[in-house]
Amino acid sequence: MRTHSISVVATALVTGALARPATIVRATPAGAAGTIGGKVTYTGTPPKMKPIDMAKEPNCVTQHAAAPVLTENVVTGPGNTLRWVVVYISAGDQGSAPGTETVRLDQKGCQYIPHVLVVQPNQPLDIYNDDPHSHNIHPLAKVNPEWNKSQPAGAPPIHTKWEQPEFIPVKCNVHPWMHGWHMVLTTSHYAVTGEDGAFTLSGLPPGKYTVTAWQEQFGTQSQDLTISGTETKTINLVFKATPY
Amino acid sequence: MGKLFAVVVTIITLVATAIFVAHVWWLPADIAVHGPAIDHQLRETMVSAGLLFVVSQLALALFAWQYGDRKDGRPIKLFPGGAMPMVVSAIVLVGAEILALTFVGSKVWAGIFQSPPDPNSLVIDVQAEQFAFYFRYAGPDGSFAATHPELINEASENYFGLDPAHDVDARDDIVVPSLAIPVNRPILLRMHAKDVNHSFYVPELRIQQDFVPGLVIPLHFTATQAGKYEIVCTQLCGLGHYNMRAYLEVMPQEQFDHWLKDKAAQQ
Amino acid sequence: MDHAATPAAVHHHAPPQGFLRKHVFSLDHKVIGKQYLDLALVAVCIGMALSWLMRVHLAWPNLPIPGLAKLSPNGAANGVITPEYYLSLMTMHATIMVFFVLTSAPFAGFGNYFLPIQVGAEDMAFPRFNMMSFWTTCVAFLVLISSFFVSDGPALSGWTAYAPLSAVGKDAGPGQGLGQTLWALSIAIFCVGQLFGSLNFIATTLDLRTKGMSLARMPYSTWAWFITSVIGLIAFAVLLPACILLLLDRVAGTSFFIPAGLVISDRLQPHSGGSPLLWQHLFWFFGHPEVYIAILPGFGIVSTILPVFARKPLLGPRTLVGCMTAIAFLSYTVWGHHMFLSGMNPFSALLFSVPTLIITIPATIATLLWIGTIYGAKLRFTTPALFCLGFVSVFVSGGLSGFFLAQPSIDTYLHATYFVVAHFHFVMAVAAMFGIFAGTYFWFPKMFGRMMNETLGKWHFWLTFIGVYCIFMPMHYLGLAGNVRRYSAFTDDYLKPLIPLHRFITIAALLTGAAQLIFLYNLIRSRFRGPRAPDNPWQATTLEWSTTSPPPFDNFGGHPPVVSHGPNEYGVPGAAGDYVMQAASEPARVR
Repeated sequence: MRTHSISVVATALVTGALARPATIVRATPAGAAGTIGGKVTYTGTPPKMKPIDMAKEPNCVTQHAAAPVLTENVVTGPGNTLRWVVVYISAGDQGSAPGTETVRLDQKGCQYIPHVLVVQPNQPLDIYNDDPHSHNIHPLAKVNPEWNKSQPAGAPPIHTKWEQPEFIPVKCNVHPWMHGWHMVLTTSHYAVTGEDGAFTLSGLPPGKYTVTAWQEQFGTQSQDLTISGTETKTINLVFKATPY
Repeated sequence: MGKLFAVVVTIITLVATAIFVAHVWWLPADIAVHGPAIDHQLRETMVSAGLLFVVSQLALALFAWQYGDRKDGRPIKLFPGGAMPMVVSAIVLVGAEILALTFVGSKVWAGIFQSPPDPNSLVIDVQAEQFAFYFRYAGPDGSFAATHPELINEASENYFGLDPAHDVDARDDIVVPSLAIPVNRPILLRMHAKDVNHSFYVPELRIQQDFVPGLVIPLHFTATQAGKYEIVCTQLCGLGHYNMRAYLEVMPQEQFDHWLKDKAAQQ
Repeated sequence: MDHAATPAAVHHHAPPQGFLRKHVFSLDHKVIGKQYLDLALVAVCIGMALSWLMRVHLAWPNLPIPGLAKLSPNGAANGVITPEYYLSLMTMHATIMVFFVLTSAPFAGFGNYFLPIQVGAEDMAFPRFNMMSFWTTCVAFLVLISSFFVSDGPALSGWTAYAPLSAVGKDAGPGQGLGQTLWALSIAIFCVGQLFGSLNFIATTLDLRTKGMSLARMPYSTWAWFITSVIGLIAFAVLLPACILLLLDRVAGTSFFIPAGLVISDRLQPHSGGSPLLWQHLFWFFGHPEVYIAILPGFGIVSTILPVFARKPLLGPRTLVGCMTAIAFLSYTVWGHHMFLSGMNPFSALLFSVPTLIITIPATIATLLWIGTIYGAKLRFTTPALFCLGFVSVFVSGGLSGFFLAQPSIDTYLHATYFVVAHFHFVMAVAAMFGIFAGTYFWFPKMFGRMMNETLGKWHFWLTFIGVYCIFMPMHYLGLAGNVRRYSAFTDDYLKPLIPLHRFITIAALLTGAAQLIFLYNLIRSRFRGPRAPDNPWQATTLEWSTTSPPPFDNFGGHPPVVSHGPNEYGVPGAAGDYVMQAASEPARVR
């Protein structure tokens, strides 16, 4: 039986921009205990995180009056770490289980929370509008069917799922600055980094694996490694950052 | 029944006219240099149309009241002069009004749309897209960098498709979602659309202009009063059309300079 | 000018046999006319229901509408209309009303039924073409309605379908996939039906007039239908290729209307070289004459009916026909007044503004002629008469707002506001509708052999007349305040204070809509239970009143009438019953 860390997932998703959620961890099959951990960092100069002016939607300006929202395409942390990097087993995957619990996406304060979410094929995804005005979520899928749907204030959540593996950029048709990603991964061994850039992939049976880190601006970095027993291997994935 | 018709038409005419005259709902105060001319044209038209409205509705009402069939065997009366007075009065009165309005109105129109912009205008690049307006100021180098549609990336707020990696010119352009302008300074907007038709409308400025994909359309005006006004889209552009707006902030020159520096630092 | 009916021009039919031939694929212009009217009736009910949904949403945007979630789970998930669904409702409302009501009823409906009879013919010149034109229109309607059931929703770019929004395909958003393609297809098919119809009307008017029916003696409704069909021939001949070009841009990768470098849905569009303004020119070159196609039959109907109930000849009949002709001619020179701010050269705004203002002159003359007709009259305030008088009042109201919009300097402020919505609803939704109502109450006895109920008719008139002023007069005020049109909700700061006025309009609209049930009830009940109508219940002069109610299948029972009088012989001193019918055997009066 798998143990679930739903509470961790839920907390991470709902907390919002100011929080620094722990890395999101998937369940581990009993008896397979190899772990790959590490940090995602960058070298060079990343682009500035710019404050987003949501002037056309005063509701959202008020919601963020205390602290302005910054662009999320490159989010850095102390020690040159990178947030919102998806780290996952891209080759040699074993011991993955399909995702069954519902993943939640919130549209709140004219932002997608979380900025990057991961689902597995056919995993239920619920999309909520928590704002007092309309949003129109538009996943720009190329492999999966592309769709968009308006949710006026108070509309019921959209219940949906993605069937094919794909990295799907998501925009709001009504608020041009609202962007996010839906990462559809077949593996259940994945993590999304927080501000500390750290990730942990656990429950890996012995074998050869390729670990890939994906960052929406800088692309991917991969490393191959072998797990032979119950050890923890630590790797660092480093992106070359450019200001533009 | 005829009398009822006459009464109803009279009441409707008087109530409708009263609401117009009393300006219960009316134009907002104008803040543009060319505003008074437009308001004057509107007032003139409102007076002549209003007179025609009242006179024709009341004539209709009067005749409906007077000329019911009272079954008293009286003969019908033909309108004195037949159709000729109608033709003549329409041509003369309406014709004269048309001439006057066209003569004056064409000068007003030409003043806004056919005159060259002031050479000292502050030039601002405006992009309309589904569903927001973005404004670009030239920055200290005074020139607008080239734009590349294929480089547009909203997630990183590169709405215009600038290429700062290879184009030094692009690094100082200032892109913002609000149109801030100094008061009493001629402004020249260069308007272009990213995707479909849009339009730029500020009721207080009394000005409107469509954005047409494929064209860069100039629009110039001077605002005479500081304040915060709404710019709204008036050309149906899709589902977000109702919510497509930006704020126009008119402010004293020094405040504007400060604002511009502020925004430049945030780019 | 006399025109003798030649043997070749006279059609002889055998009476139709069989259910399909009699009632479905009929060649009889009277059946076809009724079919058009039935189609328009279904269309107006749908169009009006759509407008109720729109108005309720505007007044109470967060109110769930009971039952709507079942009808449209995508468009109104919990009964609340989404922004895109609102625009689809608006697009379908306008398209259905303009094409399938305002072009179909007064022109194709009444025109088909009464033009041949009024000129003394047995049928239209091309009965088969006539039948095809109806069924083509019907197919167009079904194609349009089918777009409601498309997964992406019906088109949402307005009945004006401006490119590139309407041309790039589904990248442009919901409603712009199959829904928009079906829209363009439907309108293209509609054009074909109209072209058939126009040809028929023109040929019939020119060639099939009975002995003695010179052009000068034609009833004014016939003149109006004739002039309208000429306008339609040219206008629809432009809309048809425009729709085809739009379809090619959508499905065949052409770029008539799409320039290069457009980024929609984060994708660089593959088109280049097209012009969005081209679509606007083509559309409005059709679109402006189209509104005169909608109103001129109303001119004709009112000019025919008013004298009947005034018991007095129409003032200045030749002037009236001259006005209609001038309007028709000028209607081709003004299309750019829809485009003053479109980005076309500002100088052309002045060029278009002048004929637009000039067109007010014949419209004013016509209005004055009607008012002059009731001067000194002996008015009988029957329901058709009331609707004619109401027509004059609302046409004045609607026409005068055009005076503002015709001037580019004022249009700069009023363009795309509710002032425009007020203007075109007054002249089309109200005035043209009043023409249709007047025609219905007037001609119902002739078409069905039964009288409609006068009391119900008067209630219908009063509630509608007051109702439409309550709905559309306030829209002028909204426009003056700068209230932009085609908004699915009023979230802008300056619009929020106007919402109470919108609520007033919505309530007026719902009540006025409910009042139309009186008309519907009257229509259906009278059809089966109305008192039998005599041949000429109104004591009117035109040829349809010389035959039975309803007319026999060949209109005149094998005896084509011989015309010796014009249609305007009312209040004739010394005539039996104060009028002389067109087919009366008295000698022709010199006028």
